[in-house]
Amino acid sequence: MIAYTDKIREIASRLLKDCQVEMVIGFRKGTMPMMNEPCFVTREEDVSSLVWDSNCGINLANYLTERKEKIAIFAKGCDSRNIVNHIVENKIQRDQLHIVGVPCTGMIDKRKIAALVEGEILEVSETDTTIKVKTADAESLFDKAEVLQQNCALCAHRNPVIFDETVADPVEEQTGIDRYADVREIEEMDSEQQWQFFEDLLAPCIRCYACRNACPLCYCPTCFVDESKPQWVGKGQDPIDVRTFHFLRAYHCAGRCTDCGACQRACPVGINMRLLTRKLEKDCQEQFDWEAGLSTEKRPALDAYQPNDPGDFIK
Amino acid sequence: MGVEPGRVHFSWVSSAESTKFVTVVKQVTDAVKAIGPNRNYVKKNLKVA
Repeated sequence: MIAYTDKIREIASRLLKDCQVEMVIGFRKGTMPMMNEPCFVTREEDVSSLVWDSNCGINLANYLTERKEKIAIFAKGCDSRNIVNHIVENKIQRDQLHIVGVPCTGMIDKRKIAALVEGEILEVSETDTTIKVKTADAESLFDKAEVLQQNCALCAHRNPVIFDETVADPVEEQTGIDRYADVREIEEMDSEQQWQFFEDLLAPCIRCYACRNACPLCYCPTCFVDESKPQWVGKGQDPIDVRTFHFLRAYHCAGRCTDCGACQRACPVGINMRLLTRKLEKDCQEQFDWEAGLSTEKRPALDAYQPNDPGDFIK
Repeated sequence: MGVEPGRVHFSWVSSAESTKFVTVVKQVTDAVKAIGPNRNYVKKNLKVA
């Protein structure tokens, strides 16, 4: 994927030069290894700051909400599905966008890598299949497949679903992956075990809302956690309030979440809140045969009524 | 989430269906009483100043 960088700069440069778009959204190197940050380029001479590698895990669709100008955006599989969501939910118009598809082979998990090496990571470089990590004392080489973010390891839509052009030929999609093994494990627990499981899962949460801010679905002008009249949920560290925040946020993403992993990636304490959104994703798939963000033509599962919708739980 | 299955109920009752409303309320209260008090989803650390 590292070879995409030149092509990305070339495309961005062309689009800006021809005034086809006013702004290009991509990635640039962050100030720390494995921390690429979103980059908004409006002048052709700045395209050289654009890069692409296995640290582009942030979901760029997050920066499209309510934009008025014509924008070119570099989109991985998950980004493209969130762009579809944005179009379906009228947060941006299709004709405002020039979508440049980026076939993706997965993003690496900075937390996993930090746990595998000792000392501060000074530099991370990569080839198509390996990741080289340099610390002050040592250099280690990892298989990229071993250090992928979990959502990338489970990804079934690596290629963009909507685009005007692509930077490369499609990559091979992963087949035969079991997306919900861990969710099923939780489903099989009794309610007391489940209660304890989520108590432990959410215990480190500091209510920083990084997960919400990184999420392209969370675009409400005022989030329910920030409202004070009425106050839907307490603002402190009470475990019940923490829990209420997490599961309500997950419910707001029901039938919309593309499992891009932005929430978990942004979390400073490493909570796997994707377990909540993936349970809802699984339910949507099983009960409504629905996968979010695949088509701008179809209405989302929770936006359309079908006479055969499962309703056995309603008495 | 660890909330017992019998504690959450869904029903669709029209404003004209008073008898159905009564039946549903009875069913819900009976079912919840059978499970007993909710010990999980309560604020145990709540302090009143």
